[in-house]
Amino acid sequence: MTAQSKIAEPADRRQTFPPIKRAPSRFRNPIGKYKIRRGAQCIACGKCATLCPEGVHVKAGDAMGKPRDFYCLGFSCKNNSFYCIDNCPVHALRLVENPLCQTLGDLRWTSDLLISTWYMAETGEVPRADIEYCLGNSNGGFDKLRFKAADTMQGHDVSDDEISTAIDLNRSNDGRPLVTIQVPFYGGGMSFGSVSLATMVSRAKAAAAWGTFGCTGEGGYPEHLIPYDNHMITQVATGLFGVREQTIQRVRIVEFKYAQGAKPGLGGHLLGDKVTPGVAKMREAVVGNALFSPFPFHSVYSVEDHKKHVDWIKHVNPQALVSVKVSTPTDVDMVAVGIYYAGAHIIHLDGSYGGTGAAPDIAKKNIAMPIEYAIPKVHQFLLEEGIRDRITLIASGGIRTAHDVAKAIALGADGVVIGTADMVALECVRCHNCESGRGCARGIASTDPRLSEMITVEWGAQRIINLYAAWRTQLVQILRQFGMRSIKELVGRTDCLYHVDYVQEKDSVHRAAGGGN
Amino acid sequence: MPKKYHIDFKQTAPRYTPLGKSGIIDFREGCTRCRPCAKKACVYNVYDKRNFDNVLMLDSIDYLCKNCFRCVQQCKKGLLTKSTNPEYEKMGDAYWTPEIIATNWAQAETGKIPVSGAGYGGPFAGPGFDSMWTDMSEIVRPTRDGIHGREYISTAVDIGKKLPQLYFNDVGVLASPFPPLIELPIPMIMSFPSFGHISKNVKSALALAASKVGTMLLISAEDYEDYLINYKQCLIPQVSEEHYAMLQDKIAGHRAIEIVYSKGSSELFKEIKQKFPDVIVFFKVPLDGRELEISEELVSRGAEVIHLYADDNGNEIGKTNPRFIKDMIRRVHLRLVELCLRDHITLIAGGGIAMAEHVAKSIICGADAVAMDIALLIALECRLCKRCIKNRPCPVTIDSIEPAWGSQRVMNLLSAWRNQLLEVLGAMGLREVRRLRGEVGRSMFFEELEADVFGRFFGKRLT
Repeated sequence: MTAQSKIAEPADRRQTFPPIKRAPSRFRNPIGKYKIRRGAQCIACGKCATLCPEGVHVKAGDAMGKPRDFYCLGFSCKNNSFYCIDNCPVHALRLVENPLCQTLGDLRWTSDLLISTWYMAETGEVPRADIEYCLGNSNGGFDKLRFKAADTMQGHDVSDDEISTAIDLNRSNDGRPLVTIQVPFYGGGMSFGSVSLATMVSRAKAAAAWGTFGCTGEGGYPEHLIPYDNHMITQVATGLFGVREQTIQRVRIVEFKYAQGAKPGLGGHLLGDKVTPGVAKMREAVVGNALFSPFPFHSVYSVEDHKKHVDWIKHVNPQALVSVKVSTPTDVDMVAVGIYYAGAHIIHLDGSYGGTGAAPDIAKKNIAMPIEYAIPKVHQFLLEEGIRDRITLIASGGIRTAHDVAKAIALGADGVVIGTADMVALECVRCHNCESGRGCARGIASTDPRLSEMITVEWGAQRIINLYAAWRTQLVQILRQFGMRSIKELVGRTDCLYHVDYVQEKDSVHRAAGGGN
Repeated sequence: MPKKYHIDFKQTAPRYTPLGKSGIIDFREGCTRCRPCAKKACVYNVYDKRNFDNVLMLDSIDYLCKNCFRCVQQCKKGLLTKSTNPEYEKMGDAYWTPEIIATNWAQAETGKIPVSGAGYGGPFAGPGFDSMWTDMSEIVRPTRDGIHGREYISTAVDIGKKLPQLYFNDVGVLASPFPPLIELPIPMIMSFPSFGHISKNVKSALALAASKVGTMLLISAEDYEDYLINYKQCLIPQVSEEHYAMLQDKIAGHRAIEIVYSKGSSELFKEIKQKFPDVIVFFKVPLDGRELEISEELVSRGAEVIHLYADDNGNEIGKTNPRFIKDMIRRVHLRLVELCLRDHITLIAGGGIAMAEHVAKSIICGADAVAMDIALLIALECRLCKRCIKNRPCPVTIDSIEPAWGSQRVMNLLSAWRNQLLEVLGAMGLREVRRLRGEVGRSMFFEELEADVFGRFFGKRLT
């Protein structure tokens, strides 16, 4: 699909977005990329506090407070007239990279990505500091893909509101509702049990505010989510935990989960510790007993069996759209076609580097293919089959940033599903201990009563709302740069991308502005 | 249905505090002893369990800390921070990374497969075994009952020569001579690494583990001392031409023997086979560029098992631009398939087998089984400091382990590796590891995916 063949659509003018409110860290000592050290020679003149527009320095009475250096712009601030280090009359200030960052994050979610996501969740703004908020350090896939700097003639100067990031989830023309979401992403399934109720409701509330969806996961449909029915996807997974006719009838989208990218072909496992009385009731299970969600659906061994499942849902809820979540085996393209012919509206591909509450390390690292390969493989195959425009292709499994969202779409997806990014917005540090003992020490992925008190729904929802706002700003920047007015125009536009490991015609490569480096 | 195979695992604590990835730095100066103290709030109680190892100068908190950063972020005075542990980062080398060493330690301690939350945090792909992924089966052709204990997935492999066909005589009685065959319950045999304080205790520990698990241990003629004679059934003595004399009286009663390949070793093979027709003979052949011709030659001479070995890091031996073991094995396997000789021989791959996934990947590339070496020493707490090479004392005194402790640690590791192999097989819908051999269709290679998917958009990959 080229730019010429696709006419720019007018932006959806009905779009309204939730307000951004500052939602600072829950912790006394937020982590930033930079540290400012104040020497003993400081005379507390307060000049730095007057100068710094980011609010790093605070004068409290006659003394200087501890620098709020997590707002610091870093070394590039040197070019600014307000650079505190050079302006200090007694040279008491020193700027260093925070050594703590060496112990934070991993190659996929680097400390920069974590810190910048926290910043976006706090402020709703794109980071201005010297911080890499687009790329991780995994040395492949999204981290090696870049947007070309588009021809300056191509770009246009329209306001953010005139650029649409909305996508349609029902492209089948089957008379069911044309469900549109305002941003090209929705929340991935996380069950009650794997995350706390506050986390679940925060995500649902943020999804509702943004006019998109959250997902129950397969642990049942807690009543706290009922106010968000219009923005929930309920999952039917192999364990069928908490699946009832009412839950299917309550929602606009039902998702079949065949497999999960982090543990393809292995099914789910909720450790006994996490099966608290509340969880057990919801899942109709026994307290303290580990719960297995088997692989596969024991009633599905063929595409025909699969169609029966889809028909079942469509019969129980005549208004619902059906999404089918699968992971990414070698024959993922064939699987996708099967999903289409069974009558699903959404193909949801979950790539191998996706998140999980608990999975064997060997599976997370080795089984199935990364989403960066699966998207173009399926997109191209559906195009060749002539059915691409009748189904919505959603990708997940390692979508960390707004740029990942845009890259996934340029590779051929209509939209994406996010999970870990929401968790990071709630101050996840990627310690990988969601599953052990009482669960998440930071109260995000825990059903322990004391730990889950650490998050309030109001704060959690606002953090996620803010993150989405910063992401939309970035998506709009990318679209504007390519002269596009709708995210739908970006689908499959691999010509907007380059991969740093590939030979390129010299003049066709321009470093992307705002696209990382 | 055969009896379900199981390796007994049991929590077996390390003797020394393991090195941890990062530590807590606790600046006590300025502490106002406020309540509640952030350290008391630790969800994992690491501050209560904390102790100092005076021998190794280690603070156990480096190992116990789970990196949740809560104390760092909550201390009112900001007196806590974290830093990386240089001792940890120094361990091993680019291939045997600190992460690989630490995960094997944990498996040897618990016997459980590593499970964690959140997605994979490592590189997208990498050299060696990291440039391939294994497949899973979606909707069609899955396992019928998953891997959760209800289904029998076999990890057994046959070591030896398999008959291409059977012959019957005029009266319909089986006339084919049956060559000896060993069924191992796991596709992993054990061998000693090229370094390490391999004391009597270490040898006993490994032999004991091999006999309990039902696998076999390769042991050189020099290492084969009298106290090991009780483990005959699970030992494979390694001989070269010059050592044969030393060992020949001991061979009877063994199920297999290994000849270190050299120009004249086919004579030795003939001699051994003549005297001990029921003993399976392995040939130990280096992966040094000549492996194809040597393998072909050995198969044509009736060899039963070829043990191909790379260097410790899985690289081709003695080359500046070495190929990797998975590619070398794949080439030998494919050549033998082409010649219709593949089932005449068992291929065992050794060198660089550092993680459970390497077993599955070696087998996909064409090996029947693998030979573990350094990983076994890691099960005994080895830190790969290699001081032993310079005859310096071992920091974790491996030479003085209790054989029972050591064998349990090794069994734990084998159990965890086997269970991970089951995960991989279960995800593919395979019910036995024999069917995984050479099944490259059940895998994806980085180079191929890049060319198929990205190549069509971005041209040629720079190498």
